[in-house]
Formats: sequence, C-alpha cells, structure tokens
Amino acid sequence: MLNYILRRVAYAIPISLGVTIFCFALVYLAPGDPLTRLLPDDATAETIALIKAAYGFDKPIPIQYLNWLGRALTGDLGQSIQTNRAVADEVLIALGNTIIISTAAVILAFTLAFVMGTVAAYYNGGVADRVATSVSVLGVSIPNYWFGIVLIIIFAVNLRWLPATGMGPGGSEGFSIWEWSSVKFAILPVLTMAMVPIGIIMRSTRSAVSEVLSQDFVQTLRAKGMGEAAVLRHAVRNALPGVLAVMGLQFGYLMGGSILIETIFTWPGTGSLLNQAILNRDIPVLQGTILVLALIFVMTNLAVDILQTAVDPRIKRG
Amino acid sequence: MTAGDIPITIGMPDQGFEGYRFVGYNLYDTLILWDLSQGETEADVKPGLATEWSVDPENHNVWTYKLREGVKFHDGCDFNADNVVWNYNRYMDEKHPNFNPQQFGAIRTRTTNIASVDKVDDYTVTFTTKEPDSLFPLQTSFIFLISQCALEAVGGDYGAYAMAPSGTGPYKFDKLTPRERLELVPNTDYWDETRIPKHDRLVLLPMPEATTRAAALMSGQVDFVEAPSPDTIPMLEGSGMQIVTAPYPHNWGYQLNFVDGPFKDKAVRQAANYAINREEMVAMLNGYAIEGYGVYPPTAKYYGNPFRYEYDPEKAKAMLAEAGCEPCEITLAISTSGSGQMQPLPMNELVKSQLEAAGFTVTLDVMDWNKLIDVALKGRPTYPEYDGINVSRAVQDPFSGMFRFMMSSQFAPNGSNFGHYKNDESDALVKAIYEEFDPVKRDELLVKAHEMFVEEALMLFITHDVNPRAIAPNVKGFVQAQSWFQDLTPVSVE
Repeated sequence: MLNYILRRVAYAIPISLGVTIFCFALVYLAPGDPLTRLLPDDATAETIALIKAAYGFDKPIPIQYLNWLGRALTGDLGQSIQTNRAVADEVLIALGNTIIISTAAVILAFTLAFVMGTVAAYYNGGVADRVATSVSVLGVSIPNYWFGIVLIIIFAVNLRWLPATGMGPGGSEGFSIWEWSSVKFAILPVLTMAMVPIGIIMRSTRSAVSEVLSQDFVQTLRAKGMGEAAVLRHAVRNALPGVLAVMGLQFGYLMGGSILIETIFTWPGTGSLLNQAILNRDIPVLQGTILVLALIFVMTNLAVDILQTAVDPRIKRG
Repeated sequence: MTAGDIPITIGMPDQGFEGYRFVGYNLYDTLILWDLSQGETEADVKPGLATEWSVDPENHNVWTYKLREGVKFHDGCDFNADNVVWNYNRYMDEKHPNFNPQQFGAIRTRTTNIASVDKVDDYTVTFTTKEPDSLFPLQTSFIFLISQCALEAVGGDYGAYAMAPSGTGPYKFDKLTPRERLELVPNTDYWDETRIPKHDRLVLLPMPEATTRAAALMSGQVDFVEAPSPDTIPMLEGSGMQIVTAPYPHNWGYQLNFVDGPFKDKAVRQAANYAINREEMVAMLNGYAIEGYGVYPPTAKYYGNPFRYEYDPEKAKAMLAEAGCEPCEITLAISTSGSGQMQPLPMNELVKSQLEAAGFTVTLDVMDWNKLIDVALKGRPTYPEYDGINVSRAVQDPFSGMFRFMMSSQFAPNGSNFGHYKNDESDALVKAIYEEFDPVKRDELLVKAHEMFVEEALMLFITHDVNPRAIAPNVKGFVQAQSWFQDLTPVSVE
C-alpha cells in the first residue's frame, strides 16, 4: 500500500509538469500581451521594450519557462506582474477563502445527493424517485451564475435576510466560520455552489444503488429474511466505490473555485484570482494558481483511490 | 468600483482612470490638481502642490513651479522641492535606485518630453522639456507624488510600501486587503481645509460584475456604485436610489485605417459619419449617453463649432456612389468588454445595421479586450485588415483626445495613430499649438484643431458616455464633475 501511495505521488510530478507547460503555452497562444495591462494605451515601442526586458519577457519562451520552473521548485512562485505581491501568498489566501465555501458546498451537496440518490433508487419509479430526478435535472441544467443572481435578488434585495456579496466587513481576514456575522455571507455562495455537483452525484448514486439492488445477492439477502434497512445498507456499501470516484472529481473541481460564482458574489477565492489573472495576462499568478490547483486535483484523486480501497477490500492496489 | 482588484497604492495606480479617481487623487496630490467642485462646466485644472507655474519667456523649454509650503505627508515628512525631483526621477530614470518598471510604464507617455527636473530652492523646481510644449502643465496634473521617507522606511520595497503608503492627499491609508478592500480615513490636516472629508471612512470594494453592484446597493451593503448597467437603472430608481450623470471627456467611436481600405477616401469617412443615427443609439442606451459628433461632448472647452454630420442615409449612399465604393466593404475590430467600452456588443450591432442601411457591408471582428488593445498598439502595419477599431478613449487633455490620432509622429506602433493618418496641415497645427504660449490664442488653435478633426472625419463619431452612478438615498453632497475624476470629500451619510 505504501508503495502504491509513493508511486501515485511520483505520478503527480509529470502530471503537474505537463499542466504547467500546457498552461504556459496557452497563455502565449492567447491573443494579447502580458504587458498590455501595465502600459498606457499609447505606449511607444521603446517603452514596451524596456518593460519587457525588466520582466524578462524579452527572452525566448522556453527559457522563460525554465526560469519559472527553477524558482517554482524551490517554492518561489514569483511575483505578480500587476501588483508586485508574492504569488504563493496570493494563492494560499485565495485557496483558504475558496475552501470555506467549497467544503461547505461539498458537505451539503454530497449528503443531500447521496440520500436523495439512495431513496430514488430504492423507490425506483415512485414519487420520491421522480422528485429526486427532477431536482437533479434542474441542478445539472440551471446555469449556476443565473441561480446565484436569483438567490441574491430573493434573499438579499427583496427579503434582505442575507448579504449580497463579499466576505463581510472584516473581509477574509476577519472571517470566522463560528460567527453568524461572517457565516451569513457564505450562505448564498454555498447554496449556489452546491447546485453544481448535486445533480451529477445524485444520478450516479441512484444508478449505482439501483444496479446493486437488482443483483442476485440482494435477492438472496431478502430470501434469508434480512430486514429492508439492512439490505439497503449492503446495497449502499457496494455502490459506494463508484460514487466515491465521482465525488472525488467533483471535490477537486469545487476546490478550484468557480469563476462565475466567485465573480457574482465577489468572493476572493481561487476562481476570482484566476479570472483576474487571465484578464490581466498576469502569467506568474496564472501559472502559480494552476499549479497549486493541479496538485490538489491529483492529491484528491489519490485520496479517493485510497478511500475506495478502504471501503471495498476487493479493489487491490499494489 | 468596476475594477476586479484594488488599484495599486504605490504612486501611479493601475486599473485605468478608475484607479486615479479612487486611489490616486484620494491618497496623493499632483502638482496641479483638477477642480472637481462643480458639474456645470467641464472640469479645469487648479493649483495643487504647486501654487503657481509659468514658462520662461526667454526659453520656452523651461517651466518654473512654485511649491506649496507647509504641506506634510501623512507620515509627517515635509513636502518640498527635493521630494518633487526624487518622485519625477523615480518615474523617469531606469537607473534610479527606486525605479519600478510598472510605475515607469504607467506614466511613460506623460514623461517622455521631460529632459530634467531641477531644484532651485526648497520650494521652487524647474522642468526642462525637450521640445516646447505649451500644454506641459497638464501632464503634471496626472503625476502623483509619494513620500520618499515612507518608501525608505521599508527599504525601498514597493510591495511593503503598498501596505503602508503615505501621500499628501485628503485621505490617509488605513487598511488594505488585496483583491478585497481598501479603507481610507480622512486626513484632518489636509492643506485644503474645504476638502477635508465629511465622512468617517471611505471603503473601496472591487465589484467587476454590474449585477452584483446593483444588488449590493439595493441590499444596503454599499452606498455608492459606479456604472450601473442602463437596464438596471429604472429598477434602482424605483427603489429610491439617486442616479447621477454628467457629460465628461469620453469618446466612443472608431479609429480608422487611412491607408489600406476604403477609409483612405475622406468622402467615404464622411459618408460613414452621415450614416449614423445617433439619436437611435442614445435611445437604445435608455438615454444614458450623449450623441457624438466630435471627439468631445459639446460642453467641452475645445468643442468649438465643428461641421455636423446629421443623420442622412441618402446623402451617405450618394457619397459612396460618387466615391465608387459600392458595396463598401469594411471590417471593424471590436471587443466583448473593456474599460470605457460601454456595451460594445449591442452598440456595434446597431452601428453595423445603420452603416449597412447606407450602403456599407460591415464585418464585425469580435475579440477579447487585450487583443483589441494589441491591435490598437501595433496599428495598421500589423493589422491592415481592419478598417476601423472600436477603442473608446479618455480624451481629458488635447494630446490624448486629438493630437495622438492626427500627428504623423504618432504612427503606430510608436504611438496611437492606429491608421497612419498623415496631413501636413494637421501636423503644422499641432506644432503651432505646442509653440503658442499665450493661453487665449492657444485655446483658439485647439478649437480649430477639433474642428479640423471633425471635418476630416478622422474618426467615426458615435456617442459619449455620461457615466451614470447610483447612490443610496441617505448619501448627500456628491456633485458629479464633468471629468474622469471625482471628489468624494463633500459626501456625507445621513
């Protein structure tokens, strides 16, 4: 097992490298220039050349990449072109903010979706199934930014129960998950974010559980007189590994924050950091954020694999 | 704010003129300031950290500035001639110990003509220019002065200085959470007592999404929002918000290509201008715009009495026929969004339909804002396929508004003359303006320049923004100046 984990961690290295090369190339393929935002709109060629040299953008792209990589390996993700701030700090702060809402959204969405999916599978074709299926179809098909705006209009503008935007008067520094004055700012973003995975996870739970329920051993269990609750427990346990894989992907996806949701709620997380970096062509920030997110994604998948082994001894890793 | 991040606090802000408006002129002062106290006429300059300035009658390359005495930075250090010399050199000289490339780039176009800045005595400095420039003082109204001792206190580290900046402006820095908020408090010792802020705290929040800004205002989370989208304005008004607007030096139109396509013919350029129904454009924007017949709105100082392209599609058709441009095919580069671009997609669709009704065939090439800026910077040598580019511009001073588009020395990529307009007459006129040091005569020439600009149909003129802002009912005292900059100091919250 330990061997397996080490090997998986080692795999993360080429994956992350690939991601950074890919993203470096994408930034340069995209039209526009990393320096456009730094310069006045009538900058002369002479000014542009001087600034390019000052930031090292006059060097060939592979050299720029290697320079960046060399520093990144020592933990130095460089400085933002736009703000001079250290990228590592920016990413960590943004990640902390995103984790607050994405963890809450994950807990909410996974619990609800799993319960609904199981109930729907058990009462296959019944009212509960139809209700749960409708919710999941809505969850998949409603654009989440639209849902977020609707929530804001209802709960912030009309009812005035919850604030519309931001992380509260103290900003991210003053945010505490133990105080209502902070938590109320997170409720709408969490609800909006939870809508994303709820449909997918509910559907996969439903199909996994109903598949297990149709298998022979379930009939055997019933035949030997086992109660329905216990049957369901067996079914769920058998369906879990498949569902876990879907959950893992969704979890990694939510950790990346959502550009749309974070922009609507001006939540200063990784999604809004990426969005700003893209708009400003702020390559160091873009690279650093994507690298960290890619690592998290790889690690999440690893954790899911290990978890799968734990819940289902039939899956052998080694 | 519409920006996605807090503008940089180390002197020259980023985020365009919004950064100047909210961070620049609040934390800092310039030698010459803009008088933003009224909204009746276009804002003009007034003394700032300099009390008077004049050009040497013998040598028009030398300007003498008398500095305001007794002014202190927020950190207690004195403002004096040494500070001015230090600040200008840190912006201009790449060998200066406090050189910062971002700051250099941000102000470079305004410092290129400065040969040197010299101290005469503690409260007098001289600027020596490379070429005579009768409009030179305007450049110094955009250059912010920071405290040298505050930067030295953090060892010259701009990252650290950004978290503890010190200026002479009406607000002092209190707290900055990057990407989230900047909190400023009144500078009760401000040298201009009439501009000591009448509120306890100014909190600036970046909110790039217009819907979010409207919701934040209506839910009572903020008191003042920039640029609500025109279609949310009726709803905001319905919930009791104050909507303020004013003309200001903003121009939404198209720079043209004078070399490669049909617009090299002046008659075609004029025909395009006749084809535009500006009334319809303003109506589409719910009235939150002004019909554009020139670079400036009619309230501007240099507007004059230019030729007027009244909507006349028949005349446009006839002119195109006479010019032999049938069908007249043009390609316009436009963006999906961007600073000052208003609502580029529906507006460009309307322009396209109006031009086509008059005999043009229009292709809109839609691109990301950064790409469009790249097209504008590199100009027609790199992008001959574009006959026009829709980049809206700040036209606050004559160079930004007119000269850079009409001078052959400003050919892209070395300047903003995207389409390489060249006309000896206009070059001579600009030179004459730079060399005319009698303000009255100079302003007459500037009016002439604007009239020539319009007559030559140097752009396709469409509209000017009126910069709507929405303010909570309990906020009093805001007067919207006819400027990109605004004074928040008189604002009080009841």
